[in-house]
Amino acid sequence: MSFFTELDVSVIAPSLPFLWTGLKFTVTLTLIAMSGGIILGTLLALARLSPFSPLAMAASWYVNLMRSIPLLMVILWFFLIIPLITGYPMGAETSAIITFTAFEAAYYSEIMRAGIQSVPRGQVFAGQAIGMTYAQTMGHIVLPQAFRNMLPVLLTQTIILFQDTSLVYAIGAKDLLKAAEIAGKNYNRPVEMYIFAALIYFVICFSLSRLVKHLQSRIAIIR
Amino acid sequence: MNYHWNWGIFLEQVKGGDETYLNWLFTGLGWTLAVALSAWLIALAIGIVIGTLRTAPSKGLAWFATTWVELFRNIPLLVQMFLWFFVVPELLPREWSLWVKQDLPAKEFITATLCLGLFTSARVAEQVRAGIQSLSRGQTMAGLAVGFTLAQTYRYVILPMAFRIIIPPLTSEFMNIFKNSSVAFAIGVMELTFQARQMQEDSEQGIETYLAVTVLYFICAFIANRGMAFLEQRTRVPGFIASAK
Repeated sequence: MSFFTELDVSVIAPSLPFLWTGLKFTVTLTLIAMSGGIILGTLLALARLSPFSPLAMAASWYVNLMRSIPLLMVILWFFLIIPLITGYPMGAETSAIITFTAFEAAYYSEIMRAGIQSVPRGQVFAGQAIGMTYAQTMGHIVLPQAFRNMLPVLLTQTIILFQDTSLVYAIGAKDLLKAAEIAGKNYNRPVEMYIFAALIYFVICFSLSRLVKHLQSRIAIIR
Repeated sequence: MNYHWNWGIFLEQVKGGDETYLNWLFTGLGWTLAVALSAWLIALAIGIVIGTLRTAPSKGLAWFATTWVELFRNIPLLVQMFLWFFVVPELLPREWSLWVKQDLPAKEFITATLCLGLFTSARVAEQVRAGIQSLSRGQTMAGLAVGFTLAQTYRYVILPMAFRIIIPPLTSEFMNIFKNSSVAFAIGVMELTFQARQMQEDSEQGIETYLAVTVLYFICAFIANRGMAFLEQRTRVPGFIASAK
């Protein structure tokens, strides 16, 4: 096919430093949204399981709302709303970080909730019986096991998150995809750049999903 | 918060046109439904075949199906949209390439539907495979024992059960496809998200615009959910699947 001989891969080398800055933002965004999302998500999960019903209801509303709107709309919402509330203009990158943390928290919370529920209730009673407070029972007994049991699922969600960060395109944040687009315009070689970007995403996601498979076989849920 | 509310904005005319903003939103809803529903048909048709092939005894077929799933699952949807829109036409022979770029009617819609359909087919395939593998091996053996060929066993024993089992996860995939269709805005399909951005820029009434669009997405997801719940109830095998929610 003539196409492959027409491909000009020589434009990739000079644009690597530029693509690297884009990839760095994509990875940073993923890591911040992952850590923030898991912490917030765990709190949300605890709130949903709390016996205090207004708190449980508020948490469940938040989670269900976030899960029923397209991520793109959430990105646009936050980009519009945050400057209105704070009164200061906000860069696309900062807005993306806040949005993804808040959005992913909803998905991570569902995973953590399943994880908490995978720990037998008897262990909670046992904790209380030896005089532990709620926080101690959760922190020392339930959450470590919940986290361990759900590690493969949490990682799978992180792979999805990594792919979804490409949607910051909608507000013009400079991630890997945007960098590839700009480089493609500069060298007038968009085809090569899109293929190269797709390849980077594929290699990273595929390797991570192999890791998840490996983890799944190592971590059996202990009951 | 300093915001000028204007709930009447939907009935006002767009700048430089004789439509109202409400017209824009309904056009958007129409394209969203068109993309999501056509893509769902593609996803079901291909997903069922690929998912079944993944359980096939033939190494070659199973490898092909696995590659298919990994390829579509590990590249972001937005990147896939750009690949289909900007890259694939270049891969075609010259005359076809020219035809796609210049004469293909509703090019954005067809590209987006194909892309979303293939992307979702990989996810449907995973559910179909999980459904087939959740059945006990005894069912296949029983089918073969009464003299069915392997193909007949799949057709009359395995697949009818597997389809019923995977209705709940397919329900969430069906709801996802409406959400994912929003990505089609990036290649210029005039669906809801596209219209939301356009109306927000044109009217400067962002909150009202986004609220209306969010509600429309919500309604789509809700109807999809109820529709699948109805299907689940109608196709239930008595005494087998205790999933009635």
